[in-house]
Order: sequence, then structure tokens, then C-alpha cells
Amino acid sequence: MKNQSITNNIDWISIIIYALLVILGWLNIYSSSLSSMEETHEKQLLFIILTIPLIFIVLSVDGKFYEKYASIIFGISLVTLAGLFLFGKTIAGQRCWYAIGSFTIQPSEFAKAATALALAKYLSDTQINLKEVNRQVQALAIILLPVLLILPQPDPGSALIYSIFIIVLYREGLPSWYVWTGFITILLFVLTLLLEPQYVILIALITIILVHFKSRLADRNIVLSSILFVIISGFVLSVGYVFDNVFKQHHRDRFNILLGKTVDLQNDGYNTNQAGIAIGSGGWFGKGFLEGTQTKGGFVPEQHTDYIFTTVGEEWGFVGSLVIIALFSGLLLRIIYLAERQKTKFSRVYGYCVAGILFTHFFVNIAMVIGIFPTIGVPLPFFSYGGSGLWGFTILLFIFIKMDANKVNEW
Amino acid sequence: MRKVLLPSLIIIATSLLVMRIFYLQIVDDTLKLKSENNAIKKKYEYPERGYIYDRKGKLLVANQASYDIMVIPRDIKNIDTLEFCELLNITKEDFIKKIEKAAVYSPRLPSVFLPQLNKSEFAAFQEKIRKYEGFYFQKRSLRDYEVEFGANIFGFITQVNEKLVAKNPYYNSGDLIGRQGVEESYEDLLRGVKGVKYIQKDKYNREIGSYKEGKYDTIAVQGEDINLTIDAEIQKYGEELMINKRGGIVAIEPSTGEILALVTAPSYDPSILVGRKRSKNYTELYRDSIAKPLYDRGLLAEYPPGSPFKILTGLVALQEGVIDGNSTVFCNRGFSYARGRFMGCHCNGGALQLHRGIFESCNSYFATAYMKTINKYSKPAQAVDVWSKHVKSFGLGQFMGYDLPTGKKGKVPDSKTYKRIYPNGGWRSTTIVSNSIGQGEVLMTPIQLANMMATVANEGYYYTPHIIKKIEGHKIDEKFTTKHVTTIDKKHFKPIISGLFDVYNLGTAKSLRVEGIEICGKTGTAENFAKIGGVRVKMEDHSIFVAFAPKDNPKIAIAVMVENGGYGATIAGPIASLMIEKYLRQKITRVDLEKRILATSLQSRYAKLGGLSEAVKLQLKINDSLLKKKTTIPTIKTKTDTTKSNKQAI
Repeated sequence: MKNQSITNNIDWISIIIYALLVILGWLNIYSSSLSSMEETHEKQLLFIILTIPLIFIVLSVDGKFYEKYASIIFGISLVTLAGLFLFGKTIAGQRCWYAIGSFTIQPSEFAKAATALALAKYLSDTQINLKEVNRQVQALAIILLPVLLILPQPDPGSALIYSIFIIVLYREGLPSWYVWTGFITILLFVLTLLLEPQYVILIALITIILVHFKSRLADRNIVLSSILFVIISGFVLSVGYVFDNVFKQHHRDRFNILLGKTVDLQNDGYNTNQAGIAIGSGGWFGKGFLEGTQTKGGFVPEQHTDYIFTTVGEEWGFVGSLVIIALFSGLLLRIIYLAERQKTKFSRVYGYCVAGILFTHFFVNIAMVIGIFPTIGVPLPFFSYGGSGLWGFTILLFIFIKMDANKVNEW
Repeated sequence: MRKVLLPSLIIIATSLLVMRIFYLQIVDDTLKLKSENNAIKKKYEYPERGYIYDRKGKLLVANQASYDIMVIPRDIKNIDTLEFCELLNITKEDFIKKIEKAAVYSPRLPSVFLPQLNKSEFAAFQEKIRKYEGFYFQKRSLRDYEVEFGANIFGFITQVNEKLVAKNPYYNSGDLIGRQGVEESYEDLLRGVKGVKYIQKDKYNREIGSYKEGKYDTIAVQGEDINLTIDAEIQKYGEELMINKRGGIVAIEPSTGEILALVTAPSYDPSILVGRKRSKNYTELYRDSIAKPLYDRGLLAEYPPGSPFKILTGLVALQEGVIDGNSTVFCNRGFSYARGRFMGCHCNGGALQLHRGIFESCNSYFATAYMKTINKYSKPAQAVDVWSKHVKSFGLGQFMGYDLPTGKKGKVPDSKTYKRIYPNGGWRSTTIVSNSIGQGEVLMTPIQLANMMATVANEGYYYTPHIIKKIEGHKIDEKFTTKHVTTIDKKHFKPIISGLFDVYNLGTAKSLRVEGIEICGKTGTAENFAKIGGVRVKMEDHSIFVAFAPKDNPKIAIAVMVENGGYGATIAGPIASLMIEKYLRQKITRVDLEKRILATSLQSRYAKLGGLSEAVKLQLKINDSLLKKKTTIPTIKTKTDTTKSNKQAI
């Protein structure tokens, strides 16, 4: 009876997509592991098997537990992140692991779920109105706390994921200028790297003038427009300065590769170039499972982790890539759909967070692999090799599935 | 609005990813190529090239093993450098330099340490090679020439050029390919088909096994052996006779069109274009623009044919019915054909018919016959076209279609030619009368001359000359067994042949008779000029001789051309008769004549054209070695002059 209650009302669509992604992920890890001596596929299989009891535990816990203990979970998460500075193990210059025997565990993979819980908990209070500035500050603080602990590890990839919470806050009432500002900032940044700063400033000036005179007479505010122009100009100029003087060469290279400027195929360009070759050689239907020549030759670095999508591209071709992308976007849209039909604000916000986190990982990872996003270490959820990642994402997703299953009991 | 932002972002981002992936996988096909370059290596297995034999089965060209010593710098482990260098006969400095060079290329990948050692150079090293870690050898097959002649026939083997690599998918950069001669024309058969093994590489370029269990691998197919129509004996003899001369000899078997000999002089020993010395020697041969040892004069040299062309003038006139055996022309030691224009003649003069016209090579007779031919028609344009058609039916003025890669069309003018030269018209038979005696606008190559003689010998037909006799398991191209019949009736050949026969008995070549062999022949002389120091200077005439023998049931038709050799009977004639004798009898009775020809050197005449280049000196050195057994040759100046004032042809 207990078992039945676990599976009662759970969303099978999400679970099937999840299972497909995990299995397909493992097949690709298996293929890519053939080129290296390490038995990554065996370890990953163990991780996958261990997710089954994990899922049972997550689903067995009472639905109210997560809401009740969200703050405590968040607290513990922050402590484990902070503890890294004392007890963490450094691998490849990054201090983000705890070593337990031969296994290592990466707390930042779990911190995302904890932060999502904390944010959901905070926003679920009916008193909270995000139009108020101090509420905004508090909400942003919840997001920034883990970011501040993760950035110095350094793990900019994981930190980047937290930016998606802005979209969640916007859904819950954050003024739209936050999103606009973010959007315009990104746009200006890219434009400045592509064009000369003076052209970007010129474009901005023309746009501001047009907006100024198009708007109603009452809304025209020459002072505000001028201030806006000064800020934008300052930003554009500082981007150039920061890019040239603050960024390190390898950071600059990562952007330049994207913009097709310098291509030094031996260093930072190597990954992007090899990834492009592997994917590009796949054609319509790919070379077939275990037949990828680039995969076999081990040309793509980190292929079983961040670059796992290159194996998909090479061995399964455009059709296979399309299937994986369809599975991901299907899952994301499903989660949003489920989130929108939640009865409580807590589980809706949490669902949004889950969709946002998965989306950011999915987009940033594949975009980086196919060369339209700077090189940054972000795993592909359920797909990339790694126990912490797999478990972290599994917990993240299944907590939501549990909440969704539970919604009928929440009258 | 707030609800749609995240789903919209997801949909936009997903479309972005799909478009980019579509571009990478479907649109941009350069990536596919890069992938192949980077992960799959093709290893080729080169089959041995087919052997080349002469018509009697004598082996002319075989292969020899050659060994490249290879090195992988990173794998070198404590070797005894001193012993190593001694075995390979190199200095320690050499050793260090070569290793460093290889390491610069790649410490992980094999480089050639020492290329193309021959068997004896390699033998000592072979026993010990296992001791030297990091070194191994690669066997290659190079041409091994069993004879020191026939370089122009064989051609040579060289690395394929990048243009062809781009055009022909069979070849890869660095592959070997036959150039010139039969190596080029029968390249597809001789080379065989190389085998391919696909090897999967890893990112360090190391081989990690065969690709798809060798599903796409192919096995090499051995090259085919071929027999040439060449007779090694007379080919060799012809080259010896041509030493210190420039020119060409072409001998054809009339009944089949098979090329018995194809001599060009100067030539070179084919083995100098093999192995390590190849490129240096080739450059020397190539740079010699004066003696042109790589230029096959037998196939490429176009000259006004001179007197031998009278044979065709006579045949066409007979066919057109404007003369017969009794038509008489009075020769006044020359022929006035227009106001103030006079063609000299060296015959004995007086009234003569076709027969004497041929053996005394009377210019007046053939000029008259030609004018009659042209004047038979109301319009000279029409007449010239008729004449041109007859002449072209002998394979002249066109590529003959033989199986060697080089050739020249020669030239047979027709009405269009004269329309071009005289756009305002006004040309008549007298304008173009020079054609009658093989001057004027007519140009022929030695092989065309030889083929003309073969056609006369056959009394009206010929087979396209060819050099391939037999290919195991293949048929010879049908075009070589297809009879080409001329537009001249068979009956008209008889009187011409009898005239040619008396060239030896009574005429210009009576000193060249061979006891017991009935030869029909014709002397010829072609005027030529050279630019020396910017001044056009008349040079010694080119000596030409054409012949076939025996008169009944002919076995050989031959054309000999010696540049600046003078009078036709002086050099070309003797060479032709010696070749015939050698071919029909396998021995020479006229030892004195042979000795004189072997000893004749025209180098002093050629020196006027531009001095002896390095390649000529090289050539002379090769010739010396060829002649080792023969008497030492003093450079005898041939009688240079038979003072020819006005003469155009003899």
C-alpha cells in the first residue's frame, strides 16, 4: 500500500523523459569511455542504479516536509559550501569537492535544489510583494548567498545558473525593468565585442532619441533620457576596458572564438574546434553507435562530462540531436505546465525554479558545445558523467514530482 | 505576460540550438572532411609496377627493391651510434642532424631518416636493424632498367603533381606516376591498383586499430606486364648510330603498324632517373633547351619533309589522272614556274618520265605534276582541297592516334590555309608549287614519314602505328588492328615503288646498296635556319631518308632524320640502310660504313647553336660508356658542303 501511495498521481510523462535522458546519456558515456582507459561508464552505471533508492526516498518523504524544512535545508547547503574552503578537495584548480574515500561529492550540485526550496519558501509567504524594494533585496540575497560561496571556488559555471532565478522572481512580480536591464546589458555587451564601441553608442543614441519622440508628450523626460544615454555610453566604454584590461587572455579567447576572431586551435580554441568537427561530421543520421571516429580517437576533451553532446552529434547525427533537444524542451515545458497548475505558491515557485535551472544547464551546455556560447563548465543534466550532478538533478526534479503528486492532498 | 517569458525563452533557445546544429551537421560540409583528416588515416599498399618486355620477350624494364630507413625520434633508445653510422656509411654529425630534423617534424610520428638505399647498401644494416629501437625500414619498389637505351620510349616515374591529385581521385599527394612514353600511356595497366587500409587514429595521431574491422579495406592489385612492339636489337643499334647527332629514327612494320624502333637523339640512360639522383639529373635534362634530351624528335619534330614528299605528289597526280608512266617533262636543270621564279634541280636533266623523276629526284618533274593536278580543277581552292584530302588519307596533318603520349599534327595545307595567308585571293598553282617537293606549307614528323613509307610498302593502306604488342589478359585496342585505306588506287603504287627501288640502283642512294636486300628509299634534305645572336643564319640542311625493305613483302619501313646532317645520302641514308640490314639480317656486312657513321660527330655544328650545356656533356659521358667496346671515336668533321646555291630539295 505504501508503495502504491508513492506512485500515486505522479507525472509519468516527466519520469519517462527523465529515464530516457538518463539511459541515452549512459549510452553516450559508454561510447566516449572507449577511448580512455578509465571505466567511466561502469561508475556512471553505479550512480544511475543508486538513483533508484534515492528517488524512493525523495518520493516517500511527506510532501509538506520540503516546505517545512526548506530553510534548514538551505542552511545546511550553505554550510557545506562554506565548508569547502576548509575541507574541500582541489581538482584541476577548483576547490568544489568533498572527498569520501575514492568518491568525491560536489555540494554545489545540491545547493541549486536547496536554493530553489528557500526561494519558494520565501515567496510563498502571502505578505511578500516583490514590488517593494526591500523584498527585492531579500529575495536577491537568497540567490546571491550561494553564488558568493560558489564563485571563489572558482566555479563560474555553477554560479551562472543562479541568474535564471531572476526570471522566476519576474514570474512572481519582480518589476520588469530588472529583466529589461539584464537583457539590454547582455545585448550591449555582445554588440560592443562585435562592433567598435563608438558604433554601439551611436546605435544607442539613435534608439533613445526615437523612443523619446515616439512616446507620449507627457512621458517625455529629457533628463531621464540623457541619464540613460550617459549610463549606456559609460557601460559600453567600460565593457571595452574590462574586456581588454580586466579579463585574462583565456577569457578573451573564449569570447573571440565565438565571434570568429582569433582562433588558436591549440589552446582554448581546441575544444570548440574539435567539438564542432565531431558534431559536424555526424551528418543527418550520424555514424552509428560506437562508430564515431572522433569519439573513438578521443579528440574532444572532457567528452564524457561537459562535452557529452558531441558524441550524440557524431554518432546519432542531426536526427539524434533533435531527439535529445526535443526530450529536454519537452520536459521543461511539461514542468512549467505542471508548475502553473500547482495549488500552492510554494510548489509553483519551486517548479519554476526546477524548469529554470534545468533550462539554463541545457541551453548553456549545448550552446557552448556547438560554439555559440563561451566555454564554461556546465554539465548537461541527466546526461553528463558525474554522480553529484546526476543525484543533484534527480533530487531537484523528484522533489517537484512529489509536490505535484501531492497537490490533491493540499485542500 | 509574466507566465510566457520562460516558455518563450525555452522555445527561442531550442530553435537557436537546432538551427546551429543543422548548420554544423548538414550545411557546413568542411567539418566532415576535417573529421576524416583528423581521425581516419588511409594506409596504402602499393603494388609492384608491371614489367616491360620487347617484341621478342626480352626484359627491358623491371623493378628493384629500395629501402627507406625510417625513424620515430621518441622511440630511440640507447643505440650504438658509432656502429649505426658505420653500417649506413654516414657521419655522426649527419646522424645528429637527421634526428633533429625528424624530431622537429614530430617526435611521435615516423620520418624518413635515409631514403632509397639499394639492396647492397641496405644488406648490412638489415641484419642489425632490430637492435636499433626507434628505427625501421620501409620497402619501396623502383624501376630497374635492364637496358641503357629506350629512355624516350619508356618515359620515367615521378611524383604525381598536385594538379592531377586534385583532378584524379586515384592519386594522392606523393604517389608515383608514369610520365612520358609507355609509362604514361599505359599507366593504368602498369601501376595496378593500390590497396587501402583504413586506420583509426587517436588525438596523438597514434594508430589504435583498423576502422570498422577493415570493412572498407581493399587489396592491392598487381600491375600488368606489357610487351612492346619495339625490337630491342635495332632500338639499341639505332641509338648507337645516332650518337653525337641530333634527330630521330622511326621504324614501322608495314603489315601491322607496329613500331620497331623509335630513336631520338640525344637521349639518356633511363636509369639516371631512378632513385636518389633522380631529381638532380632530371633538372639537368630538363634545363637543356638546346639539345633537348627529353624531346622525342621521332614524334615531335615537325619539318618540311623535302624530297620524300614527291612520292605523294606523284601518287596524287597518278590518281587524278593528270600524268601516267609515260608523261614526259623536260628538265632544264631547274624549273621556271612564274615570271622570274626558278626552282633549281639537281637531276641529270633532259627529258624524263616518272621513273627517272623519282630516282633522280627531279624537282621539275614533280612541280609539273603538281601544277597539272591543281590546274585540273577550275578553281585552285577546290583543287587544293582534293589534293589535301588525298594527302591526309596517309595520316598526315593530324594526330595519328598512336599510343604514346606526345605528338604533333604536322601540317597539310588546304584552301582554308591559303585563304588565311592570302585573304584577298589571287593565289594559284604557281603560288603553292613548293608543296610539290615537300617544302611550302607541308610539315611532317619522322613517325609520319615512316608511316607514309609503310603505306607505300603496303600499296595503299596502313595500320595506326602503335607500340603495344601484348598485354596479358587484355586485347590490344581495336584501332590498332583497323586498316586505314588511302584514296589512292593500288595500281598507282607499282610505278612509284619501282622508282624508289632504283633510287638504290641508279639514283641518289646507289652507294648505300646492301647486297641481297632489295630496298626502296628516298633521300631528302630540309633547309633550316637558326637565330644565332639575333641574326637569322642558314644552318646545314637536315638530312632525311625514308625507306622500306624488302621490296616484295616489306618487313620494315623507316624514316631517319638527322638535324644539320647535310645531304640526305650522307648520314640519314646510311643509318637507314644499316638499320634495315640489322633488322633483316641481324648482322652488318658493311663494317666500314658502320664505323664511319658511329664515328661521325656533328657536335661542332650543334655547338654553333649555343655551346655545350652541362646536359650535353652528361650525354656525351653516357654515350662514351655505351660505346666502351667500340673503337674510340675521333671527332671527324663530315664533308660539310655540297654547295647548294639555289637548291631546295634533293
